[in-house]
Amino acid sequence: MIPELGNFALILALCLALVQTAVPLYGMARSRADCLAVAAPAAVGQFVMLGIAFAALAFAFYGNDFSVAYVAANSNTHLPWFYRIAAVWGAHEGSLLLWMLLLSCWSLAVAAASRSLPRDVASCVLAVMGSVSVGFLIFTLFTSNPFARQFPAPAEGRDLNPLLQDPGLVIHPPMLYMGYVGFCVAFAFAITALITGRVDSAWTRWTRPWTTAAWVFLTVGVTLGSWWAYNELGWGGWWFWDPVENASFMPWLVGTALIHSLAVTEKRGIFKSWTVLLAITAFALSLLGTFLVRSGVLISVHAFATDPARGVYILAFFAVVIGGSLLLYAIRAPRFEAGTEPVAILSREGLLLLNNIFLVVAAAAVLLGTLYPILADALGLGRISVGPPYFNKVFIPLTAPLVALVGGAAVIAWKRTRWQAVQSRLWLPLLLAIGLGVLLPWLALGESGVVAAAGCVLGIWAILGALEDVVRRVRGRRVMLPRNVLGMTLAHVGVGVFVIGVSLVTGFGGERDVRMAPGDRVSFAGYDFVFKGTRHVEGPNFTAETGDFLVFDDGDQIAELEPAKRRYNASGQVMTESGIDVGVFRDLYVSLGESLSGQAWSVRIYHRPFIRWIWAGAFLSAIGGLVALTDKRYRRREKLRAPSREHMSSASVQA
Amino acid sequence: MRWRLVVPVVVVLALIVLLGYSLTRSPDVLPSALIGKAAPAFDLPTIASQRDRITNKDLEGNVTLVNVWASWCVACRAEHALITEISQRTGVPVVGLNYKDTREAALRWLGRYGNPFAVVAFDGSGQVGIDWGVAAVPETFVVDRSGTIRYKVVGAITREEMNDTLIPKLKKLQQES
Repeated sequence: MIPELGNFALILALCLALVQTAVPLYGMARSRADCLAVAAPAAVGQFVMLGIAFAALAFAFYGNDFSVAYVAANSNTHLPWFYRIAAVWGAHEGSLLLWMLLLSCWSLAVAAASRSLPRDVASCVLAVMGSVSVGFLIFTLFTSNPFARQFPAPAEGRDLNPLLQDPGLVIHPPMLYMGYVGFCVAFAFAITALITGRVDSAWTRWTRPWTTAAWVFLTVGVTLGSWWAYNELGWGGWWFWDPVENASFMPWLVGTALIHSLAVTEKRGIFKSWTVLLAITAFALSLLGTFLVRSGVLISVHAFATDPARGVYILAFFAVVIGGSLLLYAIRAPRFEAGTEPVAILSREGLLLLNNIFLVVAAAAVLLGTLYPILADALGLGRISVGPPYFNKVFIPLTAPLVALVGGAAVIAWKRTRWQAVQSRLWLPLLLAIGLGVLLPWLALGESGVVAAAGCVLGIWAILGALEDVVRRVRGRRVMLPRNVLGMTLAHVGVGVFVIGVSLVTGFGGERDVRMAPGDRVSFAGYDFVFKGTRHVEGPNFTAETGDFLVFDDGDQIAELEPAKRRYNASGQVMTESGIDVGVFRDLYVSLGESLSGQAWSVRIYHRPFIRWIWAGAFLSAIGGLVALTDKRYRRREKLRAPSREHMSSASVQA
Repeated sequence: MRWRLVVPVVVVLALIVLLGYSLTRSPDVLPSALIGKAAPAFDLPTIASQRDRITNKDLEGNVTLVNVWASWCVACRAEHALITEISQRTGVPVVGLNYKDTREAALRWLGRYGNPFAVVAFDGSGQVGIDWGVAAVPETFVVDRSGTIRYKVVGAITREEMNDTLIPKLKKLQQES
């Protein structure tokens, strides 16, 4: 009964999405305010319906209703309850439902904020978002219905993919999807701009916070994904250039470019058509990611169960939405080309232009690498896999100059900056960066290497360049930093921290494969690892061989690690759980390989210096985005509105 | 309408055509010039040790499956479970050819995913791969008792391919004497 209610709610959501799309657009064409006013309530209704559908599916999972095919395929009575809930988005159908629920959350947020927007703009944005929702709802209802029943119902479910049975799964996909889907708001604003023909500073002021919010979610989502892979794959790596990782990374790169180009458009009124194009592209890449993951054209560890019919549908949808948008862009964008004044390179807009070029080229390089296997196949070169060698070779030279630019970001002013001014402010950070950067690997790890030192110099340069501005402002008696400046500083410091982490873990990380019998002692990276043996452990839905390792530093025991080999009962799949001793300056990471003769095991030990800095930097950047969101400019409108509302309510009371 | 504004539309159209084409492709078997010919000669160290050698002579006497793989290859990860399954279901030994890889990474990969191979030859430079006509990783060759290549799969093996083609072919070759 409950699943049927969910299915019915999905159908109602589709009807409401159709209303949300068609009626406001008709209202735009005929200038009818009553039709425009329909958009917001329709968005609210759609949110409620999708919420009901989602709750119904979650309930089916919670109650182990295996007559629902999707539940039977992805759950099991022995699965702990929180994984049963998280299993809702553990495979194709349910993750689509999550996608749509989150899209409707964004629509709801836009509807709630719509009073500060002109009514035609708000309604048009909601209509565009509604049309995206229509596309996905049709897709779900006709090719991937999560509520489909199967009779007779199996007595036991096939269990959730063991790879996904990790706390990371509980929050990684929702965050990632919030980011993906959030770019739909920026996309809808861009389409609205093309329809109404207005890209003014008001438009950018509306678009910026939405884009930043989406970017924050995407940053957190991608970072959590990397952290999850490190914990769960047992490889000690944090990024694999897997097609699905790339699918989330490309919108991130373009979204980052969009945030920066929006700044230029707001402050200087230039780059207008470029900004609109970036907003379309960021969302196009989100959709492309969806296609790549769900169509089966690329082979990946993440690939969902694939079905050619789904691929055809998503591709057609992509063609209509993105092809149509770009066509609209080609027709309408010329009107945004104001009298273009030349941009001085030594100005903030010049710097941001370079930033955009690097980011977009980097995204294009990732796109090429991701699609190359398809291209090679189409050209008859056979089916191939493009691995990390390509991406590292191409990506690092493209991003290193970008990080160098970050250091100068705060110091170089809009319009024009004198070279002497830049010099006088940046010589000290630069010298310090070179000195500290060369010393850091040596001080922290007692090792040195050219590439790692260069990376540290870049990272410290980005941090000091960002801090120089803060120090100067605070000393200049302007103690309260504007939130947007504070946000930018945090984000850029985050970039620096990230780069330091990447350089040191790549430069000095090491691993060893050893055969260890109980009682064996292995010295590695200055630590002694003692293997005590393994013991048998029964989990709720798996059995495990858990190894006991003691780690000594100079004779003192500093950690006890328990890596395990788990065998999941329902699927028979074997998973490696790594044992990690976490530290600010290094992780020690042990994972069990194969059981060898006797009680011996092949054991892999990893030394991962500064790896936490990678995620810390990324989270710091995300926090920077959050801080920027609280900037006064975005709150001022609320304040203006509040008294008028009070006024209205008191007036109604009097009446 | 300015022409450079049309560029994005053209790019996206090209992309859609490409993706559309890729959807029509099933992982078909490409004909190979090597089918019906003797396996190209090689003499390589094994992955475990530089001293132990493995040559094309070792392929004779048994029906074998030669699987070209690398630790950096995502598709290899995808077909790994099927390789194991084929070996278990048919009893055919699988000879791995580790292609353009490092020993360390390859061993770690095997440790991580399990080792389905009877023996793995280490071809770090990719020289032998060239002789075998490897354009892409993974590739899988069926070699009969006389050391002749009888069949070839380019790209990751799919479950259908395994059930409908590979396993029947291997069983048939095993019955031939």
